[in-house]
Amino acid sequence: MASTGASAGATPPEAADSEDGVRRRDWIHVAALGTAGVGGAAVLLPAISQMAPSKDVLAESTTDVDVGAIQPGQSIKAVFRKQPLFVKRLTPEEVAEAKADDAANMRDPQTLAERTSEGNEDILVTMGVCTHLGCVPLGAAEGENKGEFGGYFCPCHGSHYDVAGRIRKGPAPTNLEVPEYSFTSESTIRVG
Amino acid sequence: MTIRLAGILIGLGITAVLVLWSLIPGAYNYAFGPPAEKPAYYVFKEKPVAPEGGFSFDGPLGKWDYAQLQRGYAVYKQVCSACHGLKYVAFRNLEELGYTEAQVRAEAATWNVPGIDPNTGEATTRPGEPTDYFPNPYPNDVAAAAANNNAIPPDLSLMTKARKDGTNYVYSLLNGYVDPDPEKLAKAQENGFETPPGLYFNPWFSNVNLAMPPQLYPDLITYDDGTEATVPQMSADIAAFLTWTAEPSLVQRKQTGWFVIAFLIFATGLAFLSYKQIWAGKKAKKK
Amino acid sequence: MSFAWAKQYEPKSAFTKWVDEKLPLPRLVYNAVGAGYPVPRNLNYMWNFGVLAGFCLVLQIVTGVILAMHYAANTEVAFGTVEHIMRNVNYGWMMRYAHANGASFFFIVIYLHIFRGLYYSSYKAPREMIWLLGVVIFLLMMATAFMGYVLPWGQMSFWGAKVITGLFGAIPFIGEPLQIWLLGGFAPDNAALNRFFSLHFLLPFVIAGVVILHIWALHIPGSSNPTGVEVKKESDTVPFHPYYTSKDGFGLGVFLILFTFMVFFLPNMLGHPDNYIEANPLSTPALIVPEWYFLPFYAILRAFTADLTIPFTGIVLIEAKLLGVIAMFGSILVWFFLPWLDKSPVRSGHYRPMFKKFFWFGLIPCMALLTYVGGAPAEEPYVLLSQIATAYYFLHFLVILPIVSQIEVPKPLPYSITEAVLGSDDKPGGTDGGGDNPQAVVKPLPGSDPDGSLQPAE
Repeated sequence: MASTGASAGATPPEAADSEDGVRRRDWIHVAALGTAGVGGAAVLLPAISQMAPSKDVLAESTTDVDVGAIQPGQSIKAVFRKQPLFVKRLTPEEVAEAKADDAANMRDPQTLAERTSEGNEDILVTMGVCTHLGCVPLGAAEGENKGEFGGYFCPCHGSHYDVAGRIRKGPAPTNLEVPEYSFTSESTIRVG
Repeated sequence: MTIRLAGILIGLGITAVLVLWSLIPGAYNYAFGPPAEKPAYYVFKEKPVAPEGGFSFDGPLGKWDYAQLQRGYAVYKQVCSACHGLKYVAFRNLEELGYTEAQVRAEAATWNVPGIDPNTGEATTRPGEPTDYFPNPYPNDVAAAAANNNAIPPDLSLMTKARKDGTNYVYSLLNGYVDPDPEKLAKAQENGFETPPGLYFNPWFSNVNLAMPPQLYPDLITYDDGTEATVPQMSADIAAFLTWTAEPSLVQRKQTGWFVIAFLIFATGLAFLSYKQIWAGKKAKKK
Repeated sequence: MSFAWAKQYEPKSAFTKWVDEKLPLPRLVYNAVGAGYPVPRNLNYMWNFGVLAGFCLVLQIVTGVILAMHYAANTEVAFGTVEHIMRNVNYGWMMRYAHANGASFFFIVIYLHIFRGLYYSSYKAPREMIWLLGVVIFLLMMATAFMGYVLPWGQMSFWGAKVITGLFGAIPFIGEPLQIWLLGGFAPDNAALNRFFSLHFLLPFVIAGVVILHIWALHIPGSSNPTGVEVKKESDTVPFHPYYTSKDGFGLGVFLILFTFMVFFLPNMLGHPDNYIEANPLSTPALIVPEWYFLPFYAILRAFTADLTIPFTGIVLIEAKLLGVIAMFGSILVWFFLPWLDKSPVRSGHYRPMFKKFFWFGLIPCMALLTYVGGAPAEEPYVLLSQIATAYYFLHFLVILPIVSQIEVPKPLPYSITEAVLGSDDKPGGTDGGGDNPQAVVKPLPGSDPDGSLQPAE
């Protein structure tokens, strides 16, 4: 780049601005800036996706729960993806009550059969996360307030869930979520 | 003027202190004093060597050789894992070696990992799950030292990055239990060199006396793919496997690199043309 | 400030006009790095490194903030969280390698920037303040880099922290309590790691603040240039945008190619294998070496091997350890006095034959040697070499520069930047340094022959 003192007889800048020159010039600047923009956008990919769940978090996606020891009317709390999971064995009366309510007027209509797995309709597996704003509803432990419908009650904003975890009263928009799960043996379920 | 005068004085002063007190006595010592001696074991020291043909992941175009990584895993499982942990690697990571999810689940279950008895809460072991990390063979450093003649077997997760030229180092070391060269040995012994009982001579180890006995013998293990389990073969396989454990993203990194650099060269070329266009006429032309 | 012919910002739309009235930020940018900042037209590629250093600072802050989202400053888990970043976090390996190598490239850029300043005497009046602020930035960078290197809590992190804080222990009387206070304990541990993380996060923003002052101070006299002749008129300058934005853009591209090559193909080359071993307070690595960018100063620290005693009495005046610490801090301290040590009226090394020889055959080999011996074990002949280089280092700045600037006969300077570039210029006064004539315009003289006596930069 050494421009040793040279003849200033260079074409005056204006001369380069022939119609042809202008067009070529514009094209190259647009291309250079556009490419730089594409590069800058590409950098956003790692910068944004680094905040998404990391591989170890994604891998913690299944939880095994032993449901054999749960007595009718009892619930246990487990942890699934760092969130509480309720597993409840319904009493025959509760099953009957839930079935009787299947046709009731609900915000998020679902039957008990849709919320339990075939042949085990007394085992109710739900997330212990209120669908309103994410509090943990009461009712899973002995002696807790089960709400007006005998299921779960969220004290934060007063959502009442029935024995099948369906929203019956209060601000929550949907029923307690039933995660994907399957029976890996007679008495064990794998969630996720 | 004052500052310059002060500067000159301070400069000369610092130099005088350095030269008169440190440099001249040091130089005198260096010239006429007894020569500084390297430790006796220095005559044996060897630089890491690569196996014949190198590794598949060497160089900017390198790729994993999955068959070799799986063989290396077999060596780790059947030999190294008796004493060495791999704490930053989870069983789920084995999927990157070409195993299926079901194979990984089955493989994880063959390992015992620390667990808690669900009824009593007591510490116990249970079969591993894909999300578990490789268990440490010893409950703590004290137990590790006690079981190994006071030498703690290091965790191997990062071994190939924690040594200079690490992959070749691991290969050379495991393949390098040789008898010392008799001439060199005689010379070194004059200077007080010995291999104490319980240590093993290996010219690739930092001070050539290593606490780990030779571990690999021909046909020590049977490879699933029928490869003959010679000592160099096993050494190369475990070195490859430990390179993967130290940096699972190695191949992805190099491939991304090609893409990024190709793009940057293109972009920089455009930037250069743009720059030249803008400056056209502003610079004097070269003669 | 600006030159009289600097273009003025003119908001075009009603909206930009409205913004300009309420908060003239676009105007500020326009005057700082836009068309409103006239810059000497003859800057060579060595003038790219200021912009590149700014880029490096942004790069380090961005990647650093990202890493801090996944890192935990606790000795139990710090090493593990770095491995978590490398293995589990999406593109975590890329972020960490970019940050680690980014530090190295930041220092490469800064060293080139500093030595450009030394060669072209950019520290001279009227630019002393720019230089002083620059040295402050360099000191802050060193502190930041040191504390950042401790965070992975590897073997070099731990022992580096121990050795560097040990330097403060050399100070008489207050040394030991000071060292313990710095660490919050008797050896580096959770307290030290946590405060280093906190400060490592904070200091880059302090640096950014001083950088703003540095650039502000730069815009008072305007950029220097390879001839060292001050700007006289409009034809000596071009607007920063688009002329230097395009040139810096190209330079940034070249920088990024080299940088990404290191990140993707040799990411651990500038690091030390021992830092992939978790810190172990009971076992010192065979050879403790700082990161490469500290090696020259580390060599100066180690050059003093003997106490300063009164001969034949055995009375110790200053211990060797303290001498080393004084010399190491002094080696950067002297930079603060450069503007007053070098009184040559000529700025550019191009026109200073003696200075030029000492620069290329004295200072540069001296720095290279110091870097080399700084990474070598503390044994002969490296100690001897470090002593020779250290002696030269101080002689160069404190003795040679003042004397050379007194006795040197500089080469004739070009009348103006325009003349240096084009080979000819109107000389209104006829005499050197004649009256400024901003109205004078360049008259390109086709066919005019340069006399060849000048060697303008570029």
